[in-house]
Amino acid sequence: MTADDSHDDIPVQRAAPRIGHRGSGDPQVAIDTPVVFDLEDVAVYYGAFRAVRGVAMKVLKNQITALIGPSGCGKTTLLRAFNRMHDVIPGARVTGKLQYHGIDLYGPQVSATEVRRRIGMVFQKPNPFPKSIYDNVAFGPRVNGTKNKIELDAIVEKSLRAAALWDEVKDRLGSSALGMSGGQQQRLCIARTIAVEPEVVLMDEPCSALDPIATARIEELMRELKSRFTIVIVTHNMQQAARVSDRTAFFTAELDSANDRRTGILVEYDVTQKIFSNPSDERTENYITGRFG
Amino acid sequence: MQLSELHARSQHADRAFRVLAVVAATTVLVVLALITVTMSKRAWPVLEHMGLDFFTSSRWSAPEGIYGALPFIFGTLFTATIALALAVPVSLGVALFITQVAPPWLKKPMVYLLDLLAVVPSVVFGLWGVLVLSQHFGLGRSFLTAGIILAVMITPIITSLSREVIETTPQTDKEAALALGATRWEMIGASVLPHSKGGLVGAVMLGLGRALGETIAAALVIGSALGQITLDPYASGNSMPAVIANEFGESDGMHKSALIALAVTLFVITIIVNLVATAIVQRSMRRSRGT
Ligand SMILES: Nc1ncnc2c1ncn2[C@@H]1O[C@H](COP(=O)(O)OP(=O)(O)OP(=O)(O)O)[C@@H](O)[C@H]1O
Ligand SMILES: [Mg+2]
Repeated sequence: MTADDSHDDIPVQRAAPRIGHRGSGDPQVAIDTPVVFDLEDVAVYYGAFRAVRGVAMKVLKNQITALIGPSGCGKTTLLRAFNRMHDVIPGARVTGKLQYHGIDLYGPQVSATEVRRRIGMVFQKPNPFPKSIYDNVAFGPRVNGTKNKIELDAIVEKSLRAAALWDEVKDRLGSSALGMSGGQQQRLCIARTIAVEPEVVLMDEPCSALDPIATARIEELMRELKSRFTIVIVTHNMQQAARVSDRTAFFTAELDSANDRRTGILVEYDVTQKIFSNPSDERTENYITGRFG
Repeated sequence: MQLSELHARSQHADRAFRVLAVVAATTVLVVLALITVTMSKRAWPVLEHMGLDFFTSSRWSAPEGIYGALPFIFGTLFTATIALALAVPVSLGVALFITQVAPPWLKKPMVYLLDLLAVVPSVVFGLWGVLVLSQHFGLGRSFLTAGIILAVMITPIITSLSREVIETTPQTDKEAALALGATRWEMIGASVLPHSKGGLVGAVMLGLGRALGETIAAALVIGSALGQITLDPYASGNSMPAVIANEFGESDGMHKSALIALAVTLFVITIIVNLVATAIVQRSMRRSRGT
């Protein structure tokens, strides 16, 4: 074994002293707010490369949690760990404790498809199926066992209404989803995700391809959906994080002295207002005030 | 100053490329036209002699000067149908297995093996058919034997092309389905197949084209010189390319004209197959683009 291979096992580097733990023993968590995700020392690897490490945070029910930080700090990587999306990437693996309502998400008994049914995901680039608008929304309920046409019709309408899309498309449910505008497609993807009634909706920069008006609609949508779902959103837009989220986690990438690659770490996790008005960490402050590349 | 130079140069390259493309396209068209004209001219005597009976009657006897090609047309279509019925499910299954299921260490050798199979000369398949299927398994020389051989021949090609088409499915499309709680098979149905539909039809049509035109392998295993029209797969029959290959050497006059007319018929059938395939591909692409 070369020195290079063994760096992951050196405990000293794991226990980065003041990183990532600040938010976890949070005094501001109301006693009765249920914890949806509970993370301790979570790391995600792509093969031998550790993309993010030492993450400890609690995601609370019916809140919007924003993940922010510079490009490459592992926001997408961490988000995908929440619904086992890394299972489909050869070589990717998640270590540490990642509990969903107290159950180990990566436990041997847990099925990834069941996890994803409860924890949905909206992607950065709208990715509707090359099918009709109706079939896009009905897909999730269908694979989850709803075959009854009347029931499906009701779900489709309800989901499209919830995604603020119904009035625009109700007369052309049978036409292809790929003929819609980017903003409509993204709202369709949201409708499709909530059609399976997940508990959590993960969103990876859902507005990055949209104009300000479509972005505003989706932000409004998120605030509406908050009462029914728990939302975790990755965003590069700090105003967006400040506008919509209840809590914000700031990540950054640090040079891993052992292998010369940058690994993402959680710097600070707190109530959004505090992060944006009075962050405890200098790095957070530099980032939100734009003094960070 | 510099900008205008750049402008001029790129225009120049553009024009050169356009000329090259036009020349290449014209050459192909001219060659095709030449083939059509000379072949049709040589085929004309028998069509004049037999009329439409050439396509609709089933007696083919060179000594008597009677040329009814229906059994051969039927034989070609029947064996090609058997071949497709066997090859398409297997090819799709293998392509899906390689792209969606197989672990990386298995994937590489399988792809390699398939690409290797795709270039085995057809005479090898033909002889294998005679030795193994006809003799060892007692299938004799029949439509079924020919269909199986053709299926074995076109499976690697269809698989190989399907695999490439399927692999172009964007990861995000697949993740869209998985993120909704779909299993691997549901994901394939929702993302992979709709995305690759056009290309898959194209792959099958290319396989069909090869099955229709395959000469040697079919000639070795399809059976009797006299074709017959029956849906019994164990019956022996004949196909257009096999007849041409078997009889062309000793033919002259009207007989030769009849064989050339067979070739023209085959040519037209493959063109029709291709046109239909193109139409299907374009329609499915238009539909998934959403117009
Ligand atoms: N599939 C993968 N295989 C290998 N490395 C990957 C893979 N996906 C991401 N990475 C690496 O992991 C690190 C974190 O990437 P990630 O996409 O999570 O960053 P991010 O914070 O989402 O960045 P951005 O803001 O640009 O989206 C990067 O160094 C990236 O190169
Ligand atoms: Mg990202």
